[in-house]
Amino acid sequence: MDIYNLIEWVVKIGIVFLIFMHALAYIVLLERRLLGFIQMRLGPNRVGPYGLLQPLADGIKFFFKEEIIPRDADRVLYMLAPIVALVPALTTISVIPFGDTVNLFGREIELSITRTNISLLVVLALTSMGVYGIVLAGWASNNKYSLMGGLRSSAQMISYELSLSLSIVGVIIFSGSLDLAEIAKEQMNTWWGIIPKWNILTQPIGFLLFLISVIAETNRVPFDLPEAETELVAGFHTEYSSMKFAIFFIAEYANMVTASAMATLLFLGGWHGPFVKDFPLLGPVYFTMKIVFFLVLYIWLRGTLPRFRYDQLMKFGWKFMIPVALANVVLVAALALFLY
Amino acid sequence: MEQAFFLILAAFAVGAALSVVVQRSPIYSAFSLIGVLVSLAALYIMLKAEFLGAIQIIVYAGAIMVLFVFVIMLLNIRKEENALDKHRYLWLLAIPFAATLIVEILYTVLKVTDIPELKDRPIIGDSQSIGYGLYTGYLMPFELTSILILLAIVGAVILARREKED
Repeated sequence: MDIYNLIEWVVKIGIVFLIFMHALAYIVLLERRLLGFIQMRLGPNRVGPYGLLQPLADGIKFFFKEEIIPRDADRVLYMLAPIVALVPALTTISVIPFGDTVNLFGREIELSITRTNISLLVVLALTSMGVYGIVLAGWASNNKYSLMGGLRSSAQMISYELSLSLSIVGVIIFSGSLDLAEIAKEQMNTWWGIIPKWNILTQPIGFLLFLISVIAETNRVPFDLPEAETELVAGFHTEYSSMKFAIFFIAEYANMVTASAMATLLFLGGWHGPFVKDFPLLGPVYFTMKIVFFLVLYIWLRGTLPRFRYDQLMKFGWKFMIPVALANVVLVAALALFLY
Repeated sequence: MEQAFFLILAAFAVGAALSVVVQRSPIYSAFSLIGVLVSLAALYIMLKAEFLGAIQIIVYAGAIMVLFVFVIMLLNIRKEENALDKHRYLWLLAIPFAATLIVEILYTVLKVTDIPELKDRPIIGDSQSIGYGLYTGYLMPFELTSILILLAIVGAVILARREKED
């Protein structure tokens, strides 16, 4: 390992991390404003032009809020929970490729922090660890609403992780790789020069299954039962205040970004788009645009759909999603067998 | 470098494993077990078995342990009752079992001397070779295991099914 590689890594990690953290803050603002528009109001627009400094104000507010730890809380686990939620959420970004190799400063630079041949599995593994943050928070707070939230979250995770993994199997069969960059590269070409060869067109069922499962995995509306405020106050983070609450918030939005990035890479051709072959630096731009599309979809769903009831959630997961996902795997496998 | 990482991970795994046994609160035990599984996954990755490491985390740490934690939370067990106090003879039984295990491990460690170098077999741990192995040489045990799991699922469903009221 020479010194230039080390510098390249550090710079890449720094840039990606900076952009990622700022993006998270602005997704919150985007969500609040879009929800405002959906509900026929303006949303936060006072701080700075168009409310653009609102994330800064929020950050300062979070820092100066009083930190309250419940007397009967399990202090060790209570402190550990936000960390356990945040670390996997932020680590996943390290294996997500956001572009092809580019030539910069006379060096071939891969547009991803690191590359492994099983990056898809790494993302799945890390996101499956994220649930423990919520579960720990629910347990350690010593509060019945928190406990219910943590309980629901773990049940939901187990149920929807199955259909999530099964929905990806189709993509893996077609691309024959567990490397996210390879999967994205498989979708580079076009049919008749115009229609892109995205997996969403070859596997619409898989895409819908993936989208639904991933919304459930990120605990978002209509699957936000772990924090259903009508019945559980605030769910697993009821007893959390100040920066610890903010960390849960950041983790949730980081998971949303990861989920959107996964959907983009697996089904929407990743960073591919017009003229990317000639100008590889366009890749990250397209990638970001596609991610923003999914994020807006998340927010739109939140503004539109009511929440599931708990038994409906379980029934839908086990009796609809998993059978359909299994049938889809069989179908895709048969197709792959006959087409290739 | 590699040695240092191995030592750190191994120490963490052993420490967490001890913690699983020693902790009085079941939830602490469960999370210690997650720590063991994760550090083992890291060790697999260091041995160039990335696929196995990822699967270890997805299946054991990510799915099975969630079930463990779910049950502990559902029953809301804050402190474990000392069940062993009622059965003191189990303590006595533990000693020969532990001794046998230690002898077995020592025997293996001392006996096996020619360990194949990892460099000679670089692709043993990737998804392709594992898939190839499962569908060729180990096809029969693989399929038999899946039948076993299927039977277990059917059994669980039958046990959990509610009897009809009439």
